[in-house]
Parts: sequence; C-alpha cells; structure tokens
Amino acid sequence: MGKGLIRLKLVFEKRDPVPVSYRVASPVLAVLLALVLGAIFLAASGFSPLGVYLEMYRGAFGDWYGVSETLVTAIPLALCGMGIALAGRMLLWNVGAEGQFHMGAWAAAWVALSMPDAPAWKVLPLMVLAGVAAGAAWALLAAVPRAYVGVSEIITTLMLNYVAINWIEYLVHGPWRDPASLNFPLSAPFSDAARLPMFGYTRIHWGLVFAIIAAIVIDLTLGRTKWGYEVKIIGESPRAARYAGMSIERNIIITMAVTGALAGLAGMAEVSAIAGRMTRQLSPGYGYSAIIVAWLAKLNPYGVLLVSALFGGLLVGGYSAQFLGVSAASVNMLQGLMLFCVLATEALGRYRLRIVPAAGSDGDSDADRQGARADG
Amino acid sequence: MSSSKKLLVFITVLVALAGLVRLNGQSYAAEEKFKVGWIYIGHPGDAGWTLAHDEGRKYMEKQLPWVESIYVEAVPETSDAERMMTELARKGCKIIFATSFGYMDYVQNVAKRFPDVYFEHCSGFKTADNVATYFGRIYEPRYLSGIVAGSMTKSNIIGYVGAFPIPEVVRGINAFALGVKSVNPNAKVKVVWTNTWYDPATEKEAAKAALDAGADVIAQHQDTPAPMQAAAERGKYGVSYNSPMSKFAPNAVLTGPVWNWGPYYVSRVQAAKDGTWTSGDYWGGLKDGIVDLAPYGPMVPENVKKLVETKKTEILAGKFHPFAGPIKDNKGVVRVPAGTTMTDAQLLSFDWFVENVEGTLPN
Repeated sequence: MGKGLIRLKLVFEKRDPVPVSYRVASPVLAVLLALVLGAIFLAASGFSPLGVYLEMYRGAFGDWYGVSETLVTAIPLALCGMGIALAGRMLLWNVGAEGQFHMGAWAAAWVALSMPDAPAWKVLPLMVLAGVAAGAAWALLAAVPRAYVGVSEIITTLMLNYVAINWIEYLVHGPWRDPASLNFPLSAPFSDAARLPMFGYTRIHWGLVFAIIAAIVIDLTLGRTKWGYEVKIIGESPRAARYAGMSIERNIIITMAVTGALAGLAGMAEVSAIAGRMTRQLSPGYGYSAIIVAWLAKLNPYGVLLVSALFGGLLVGGYSAQFLGVSAASVNMLQGLMLFCVLATEALGRYRLRIVPAAGSDGDSDADRQGARADG
Repeated sequence: MSSSKKLLVFITVLVALAGLVRLNGQSYAAEEKFKVGWIYIGHPGDAGWTLAHDEGRKYMEKQLPWVESIYVEAVPETSDAERMMTELARKGCKIIFATSFGYMDYVQNVAKRFPDVYFEHCSGFKTADNVATYFGRIYEPRYLSGIVAGSMTKSNIIGYVGAFPIPEVVRGINAFALGVKSVNPNAKVKVVWTNTWYDPATEKEAAKAALDAGADVIAQHQDTPAPMQAAAERGKYGVSYNSPMSKFAPNAVLTGPVWNWGPYYVSRVQAAKDGTWTSGDYWGGLKDGIVDLAPYGPMVPENVKKLVETKKTEILAGKFHPFAGPIKDNKGVVRVPAGTTMTDAQLLSFDWFVENVEGTLPN
C-alpha cells in the first residue's frame, strides 16, 4: 500500500454490559430482517410473501391442531436442548444429543419388546429408566475421556452419533427385524401398554410434562444447590473453580450424564408415543436442531422451552408453506435465513463493529480477538 | 355507550361478517374441485422415484380435469409424515397417496381418524377399510435389463448400487442377476449398499467403489442418476432406475426399469370420485403398463434388443416368470426347485441372494 493511504481495519469491541434495549430488540430485529430478506426472495420467485408467511403461521399456530403439532415437534427439541444448555453452562459442547436420543430410544424399545405382556404401570417406568440410563451412558463414553484425558467432547460426542444410528440400523435390519413385517426393517410393534399416553385427540404426549419438569428442576438446581453453583463457576472460570477446590472432573461426568439422560428421555418418549416400534428413521435431526435451540435460549432452561416451541413452529409451518407451491428447498432456505439472522444479530448485540485506523500493532488486535473469543 | 360508539361497533361487526362471508365464498369455490393429495419422500427434481410419481400425478391431472392435486415434498418417514397426511385430509383431500414405505404406520393412524378419506400406500403391506396398497412388478423389467447388462459386460463384473437390504431391493437384485445369468453365466453381480434412498454423493461413491472393483456396468436401486454419472465418468455402462435417465449420462445408460404410475392414479382417483373405490393390494406388472423398460441407449446392439423383446413378449403372454425354478442361492442351495415358481408371498419377503450375486445380507 502507498504511504499516503490510511490503513483501516475492522475491530470487534465487546459491549459490556449489553444494554437491555439491545437484548430485547435484537431478536425482534433479527426476525424482521429475516422476514424482509425472505420476502425479497419469495417475491423474486413469484410468491406472495405475506401469503406464504400467513400460511406458515397458520400451519404452526393458526389453530389447535397446528399448535398441538408444534408442541409435538417441540418436545424432543426441548428435552435435548435442555441437556445441551446445561452442558453449555460448563462450556461443554455436547453435539451428541442425536446419538443419545437414539440410544435412549433403543433401550426403551428393548424394554418394550422384552415385556410384551407387562401392564403399563410396570413397563412405562422401566422404559423411562432404560432410556435415561442409556442416554447417560452414551454421553459418559465421551465424558470420561474428556474429564480425565482431555479428549475433545465435540469430536467424540459427534462420532458417537454415527455409532448409535448405525447400531439402530443394524438392529432393525437384523436381530430385531419383525418376521410378521415381511422382512422390512422394522421391529415388532410395541404393546399398547408400552405406548406413552397422549393427551386427548392430539399427539401431545407425556414428553411435554417431562420437559417442563426438567426445566423446573434444572433451574432450581442451578440456582439453589452447591452442584449448580459449581457448574456455573466452572463455566465462568475453570481456574477459579479449581482454586476453590471444586472437582472439575467429577462435574464434567455428572453434567454430561444429565445431558445424555435428557436426550435419552427424548428418544424414549418419541419411540414410545409417536413411533410405537423401532424404525430406522426416528428423528429428522432433533439432536442437531436442539444445539441451535439451546444457544438461542441463551442456555436458560425456561428459554429452551420457549425457543423449542418457536423452533417447532418454524419446522411445522415450513411444511405448510408447501401448500402454496413453495418448494421444500426454498422453505429450508427461509428457515436457515431466520436462524442466521437471529444468531448474527445476537453476536452484533454483544459486540460493536468499529472501523479504526490500523495504527496499533497486530498484537493489540489479536488480543482483542482473543478476548472476544474467551468471552463468547 | 354513546351512539357514535354503538355505530362504530355495528359497522365493525358488519365488516367482519362481510369478510367471513367472502372467505366462505372463496373456500366454497376452491372446494368445487375434487382434491387429491400426495406426500413425497424426495423432490420431483430427484430425476428418479419421486419424479416418476410426480409425472403420474400430472398425467392424472391432465386426464381428470375436475381434480385439484396437492403435493408435499421431502417429508421424512417420521412424525412429520402423520402431520402432513392429516393436513392434506383437513384441506379436503378425498384420496391421499403416500409414496414411501416408511409412511406405513402413519398412514394407518391418519386413516383411522379420517374414515371418509381413501388412502393409498405405495410399497407397504398394511391395508384397512380405507387403506389400499399399490406397487408394481418392477422385477419384470429388471430381469430384462439384466439381459442387456449381461450381454454388454466384458469384465463379467456388474456393480449394483442398492439402497437398503429390504425385500423390495433384494427382489430387484435377484431378478436382474437372473437376467444377467440367462445370457452370461460367468458374470457376477456385486452389491454395494448405501443405506439411503436419496443421496447423490453417497450413491456416486458407492458406484465408484463397484467400478474400482472391476465392474464395467453399474445398475442401481437408488432415487437419483448419480450412479449413472459415475459410470459415465469412467466410460462404463449403466442400467438406470425409476425414470429414463439417459439425458444425465447419454453415453452410459443402456436402459433401465421405469415406473409409469399415471394410469393407476387415474383409475383410483376416478374410483374414489365414483364411490367404487375398494381396498386391496395392487401389484401390477408389464402387462398392466405400470412398469416398463426405458428406451435403449445407442450402444445397445440389435441382437441384444431382440433377445429382450422376445423375453418381454413371453412375460406379457404369461409364458415366462423370472422366478421360475430351478434357482439356487449364492451358497449353492436349491431354493426354488425345477417346475415351481416363487409365490407372491415369497417374493414379498425375499431375504436371500441368487447364485451369481456377491453381497451381504443381514440375517
């Protein structure tokens, strides 16, 4: 560059504290921004943006059926998201909810298939226990190496997803294949006793109650118990926690077990209430969507409940948009746009983007960025 | 309440009522047409399975101008399927076609709640008073396409990219392999599983694995033309599936079994409208026109075409069945003795490979 030019650079500065107006305004602005961008795209594709948005809203929240289905979709998102949020408090990134979900479903299905004649009061609690235990155990496979050897749980939880899904594939194509189903990859159907009850004529099932209870328990635990206090301290400053004599290893193990247990419970509820047998496609990716849910909810358990319902509505409403001729790919794009805008404005709410003359040394800007990353 | 306020309320109510009446009028006008719904597992743009159903739907719309058809695409075989069928029924569809196997239990659930709506489930086996199943004997054209592949291979290794080891796919592989064997007893059919119906990248990789193992013809039981493109890239041949795929790999595609759902859709929708719809298990073959062979590629010689046409005539006349004994499995055990033919029940639960197939099946 020539001498006469002033070099400029972009710098992220942390807003500390984030003004309350920003916290309230940023999600609202984000949704508006996404709606406007989406409208441009829809209009360019020859659709009436308002019509499409109204149809999406109608499908998700427009009548009792839509609301009930939105909640049905929200249940697995909420249970998985709750666990991910809890781990997130300790800066543990559980991307393995999908696998823990499948293992929970597997264990619950195993109980249901082994006790076809058992009454509901016996089989359902056992299915819940099995689902919770299997989900927790699956998470522990990643938690133990993380706690004692420092193996990144991001990689291990992700990899264990594939193992879990292939395990289900193996079972439904092999040992669990129901001869009465003409060798199709399905387990035998569960007995009626092994079906988690639904409410009224809807498909809303007991999973919703589990999710609400989980939110209350997690919130109380984080706020009022020693363990909750430790989780928060470790998340904010591991070094301080260690000086204070807290066992980080033990807390990693416990937290990951709880996060896995919740995802396992989600799998149990889905296979028992919705599917009624083990199949090879139980989840359209709930465990992954739940990661976004947890972050949008700022890792707050009640926030997870709320965001799950909104996210469920986005998924349910997306299908409805197809009734107006919008393709599934365009719907995916609209949904992605919405999430992108929310996440982006969320970041911009916490950081201020400034253009400054590049006078300082590179060391300074690196330090800025380091600081930003540690805080984020 | 002052009189001006009363007037305001009155006007508001009037406007609201007028709005309601207009809305009702609109929905009445829309309901005049006979509504028919579809749920698709993939996109019509997959150029395969879903495209074939979508062309059937369009054909039906053209033949029956009093019909309004609605479809929803990319519906996974999860809880979502039940909701989308419920939505279609709530939108007033009188008959709903569910075009993937995994929708089966969800079709049953929705059918129970909408006893006045007819449901048609493709490739499943559960029926009810208002649920019929439908499928086609695609194994007939598969056998014929095997004749072409067996005649064209030089390496005597034919790759077969299969989605899942389920009876439908196993039956297709076996029919194809028997077709190969009828003209080329030395050729082997190597099976590569993808564990997906629709994933162009995975399908292509699987085809490449077969090509690396020496295959010079690639057959497929997948929803997209990706395996054909893999064959074309290596200068090898391919046998497509679902829809004619030669435009994606003109120098590779020899031929391939294709679906022709249109006439079936016309007859079922007509029956639903006339009130003559009955439940059942439809399994039509070449003679019904629901399955056929795609046009031959330019590289297929006349004598091969003649071989195929002869066999086709025999199948049409009911003189030949691809699964007539003797048939051995790939461990050398005679599974179908000479003089017998496999029953439909046996075909529907196929879980073993014929002699010249190399591949694994879960047991």
